[in-house]
Amino acid sequence: MEHHEQDNYSAHAERSTSSAQDRDMSEALCERVRQANTDRTPLRIAGGDTKTFYGRPVEGEILSLAEHRGITHYDPVELVISVRTGTPLSELEATLNAEGQQLGCEPPHFGQAATVGGMIATGLSGPRRPWAGSVRDFMLGTRVINHEGKHLRFGGEVMKNVAGYDLSRLMVGAQGTLGVVTEVSLKVLPKPTETRSLRLEMTLDSALERLAEWGRQPLPLSAAAWHDGALHLRLEGGRSSVAATAERLGGEALDATFWSDLREQRLAFFSQEDARPLWRLSLPNHTPPLTIDGDTLYDWAGAQRWVRSDAGAQALRDATTRAGGHATCFTPQSLGGAAEPFTPLAPVVAKYHRQLKAQLDPNGIFNPGRLYPEF
Amino acid sequence: MNILYDERLDGALSKQDKTSVLEQLQKALPDMTLLHREEDLRPFECDGLAAYRILPMLVAMPHTLAQVETLLRICYELGVPVVTRGAGTGLSGGALPLEQGVLLVMSRFAKILDVDPDARIARVQPGVRNLAISEAAAPYGLYYAPDPSSQIACSIGGNVAENAGGVHCLKYGLTVHNVMRVEVVTIEGERMTLGSEAFDAPGFDLMALFTGSEGMLGVVTEITVKLLPKPESAKVLMASFDDVGKAGKAVGDIIAAGIIPGGLEMMDNLAIRAAEDFIHANYPVDAEAILLCELDGVEADVDDDCQTVRRVLEAAGATDIAQARDDAERAKFWAGRKNAFPAVGRMSPDYYCMDGTIPRRELPRVLKGIADLSEQYGLRVANVFHAGDGNMHPLILFDANREGELELAETVGGKILELCVEAGGSITGEHGVGREKINQMCAQFQPDELTTFHAVKAAFDSRRLLNPGKNIPTLQRCAEFGAMHVHNNELPHPELPRF
Repeated sequence: MEHHEQDNYSAHAERSTSSAQDRDMSEALCERVRQANTDRTPLRIAGGDTKTFYGRPVEGEILSLAEHRGITHYDPVELVISVRTGTPLSELEATLNAEGQQLGCEPPHFGQAATVGGMIATGLSGPRRPWAGSVRDFMLGTRVINHEGKHLRFGGEVMKNVAGYDLSRLMVGAQGTLGVVTEVSLKVLPKPTETRSLRLEMTLDSALERLAEWGRQPLPLSAAAWHDGALHLRLEGGRSSVAATAERLGGEALDATFWSDLREQRLAFFSQEDARPLWRLSLPNHTPPLTIDGDTLYDWAGAQRWVRSDAGAQALRDATTRAGGHATCFTPQSLGGAAEPFTPLAPVVAKYHRQLKAQLDPNGIFNPGRLYPEF
Repeated sequence: MNILYDERLDGALSKQDKTSVLEQLQKALPDMTLLHREEDLRPFECDGLAAYRILPMLVAMPHTLAQVETLLRICYELGVPVVTRGAGTGLSGGALPLEQGVLLVMSRFAKILDVDPDARIARVQPGVRNLAISEAAAPYGLYYAPDPSSQIACSIGGNVAENAGGVHCLKYGLTVHNVMRVEVVTIEGERMTLGSEAFDAPGFDLMALFTGSEGMLGVVTEITVKLLPKPESAKVLMASFDDVGKAGKAVGDIIAAGIIPGGLEMMDNLAIRAAEDFIHANYPVDAEAILLCELDGVEADVDDDCQTVRRVLEAAGATDIAQARDDAERAKFWAGRKNAFPAVGRMSPDYYCMDGTIPRRELPRVLKGIADLSEQYGLRVANVFHAGDGNMHPLILFDANREGELELAETVGGKILELCVEAGGSITGEHGVGREKINQMCAQFQPDELTTFHAVKAAFDSRRLLNPGKNIPTLQRCAEFGAMHVHNNELPHPELPRF
């Protein structure tokens, strides 16, 4: 059909950044999926293998997207970049940086080999998330290989598009269980004119209280984490507002590497030497401190809490669910983490997950068991 | 081109005896308002796409969650289709009734349940008007960002169903970016919660899937939205251009300067004159195009950005640049734009509003294409454009009382949408597909993609009872209308029957 002929966006690309490693492997990938579907062979979809720890282990033939790479279209003025999912995340970010732009969701890499596909599959976002949005919020379009090995396209390169169901955003965080995402179009943002980080010594209670108060004000906040008796803040925006806000809030200057160390889990809090499992608690804004045995680092102004605890899945999930959130175990079971890394779904929600999986992957070939045992 | 449900193309629908369905519903739901007389059904025969009207079999107006559950369960058991409707302001016929279906009207779910200023969320029922949320949040210095131009009247449930937008989407996102959680009742009458008051939820992002699904996957009964702090300052610049292409380029130049305006709107000469005649906003009636650029945020930054944008506009060849001196003048500048549709309505007995999106760089080419179509078919077209996010609203002027003009307007509209798809855009940015753009979906998606959409539908509603015939065309329909897209003279899907 017609829009197939426009696949080659680069024909009118204003800036096409190509590297020697760029390669379109989609035909070979489609063929592999077709074969696997015929043979009912489960596939373990992989990129840079930096986020394999996140989720349940998958038994299957490896379907590697690492060679399917390259930025297919980038026009900074359109605020959109299209990129194959095997592309290293660092390459994508360097390309944006060269044009003064960035990914608003500030995704963690967890290793140099991290790919765009891993970011999409896990949907994990960094410290800027509460203010700028998550990976799925920047998703505009996808190309996906379905179970029959057909290469489909959903969404596109435009900011607003409500034609059909939003399968692009559905793919974010689905961990490859609904199809093989081969290419994505993402909204990108200009980098802020000014950035400044601050460290303010204060108790947890007063930090949470102030964050709630500041949340109702139009402040140029872009990160807020409480850890070790101090509130760490990042301001991003225009020169005037950042300077005025920094003066108003006071505190001491903080090196910006704090945020990349937090995002990449390089702070001492995340040390492998701590044998207690690492948990991520996702909670509503303004949730008071939970009574949990262990240590807690408060990110996202308190809405994302990292917990080192031996309290066990049941206790952590009960406390988190009561507060309106959910708890994910970041430590694999093989290293002492919970058998079920993700909070179990309510029965009706689980039923529709199963039915959706059965419709989109009837033979169960895509990353079976990655999220939950039954799909 | 008649877009009413056609069983030959859209699939068979079960027909149940009206009296029997009515009796069973009345018996099971004695306290629920159930309209069945023709004169009572009449007000519900159409939504904002008023050219198309169908009397529903029955209108149900529940006011409790239990009633919604029971109603859906009975309809599921009887095999009666259900079309859900909010305020009925939708422009794509998404709430167009079915003559053998129940129209489920959610307007009695109109309570704001909770505004939590510390968590910065509001929990509301689907019948709450969009603007009422911002009004309820205002005492806390907060607001709900998406502001479709119908925001005085449209309800938040419909906003979720259509993934509604507005003039501030580039900076603040669509409905999908501003909704945190929805409570849903499935066609089988089960309750389910999607999303969370936290920033994410375990499992698939079904909330994103439901947003914009046009009432085809479930019925939304409660919505938790994100509230944002009101920007400290908002200023608006109006730039005039003697050439539409120059105005289009200026849009890109503003963004290239690293600025994301709160709103960035463009109007062409016909739209400017219509708005000026109606609102007297001091628009330059001789300009070929104007740009309205709103900058918002912290006062000091806004002032800096105004300077930058002014320089960019001058360099882009603006013939005049005016900055609103105060909030009153700012409101006046915007009034012209926000009333552009009714203003155009005064110039012509009828108009047909399109909703295509394109990459911004394609603007000059697409505008030229629209002008050519306008000339070729002899219908005037006024262009109003959410320039920042590439969402065009060409308004096709016609007179429905003149033989064949509605069909002509629809033909021009369809061709404009195909132009958008060719330019790498979409047939709908914010109004939805509904029934209106069902045939154009065949131009935007391949059969395999449509098959995937049907598979998603089947996962939630295997009996095709929720709003059947909207949003996703059948392959039969595309085979029939796909004739518009015959490639190399080969018909797609030769195996399908044709009518």
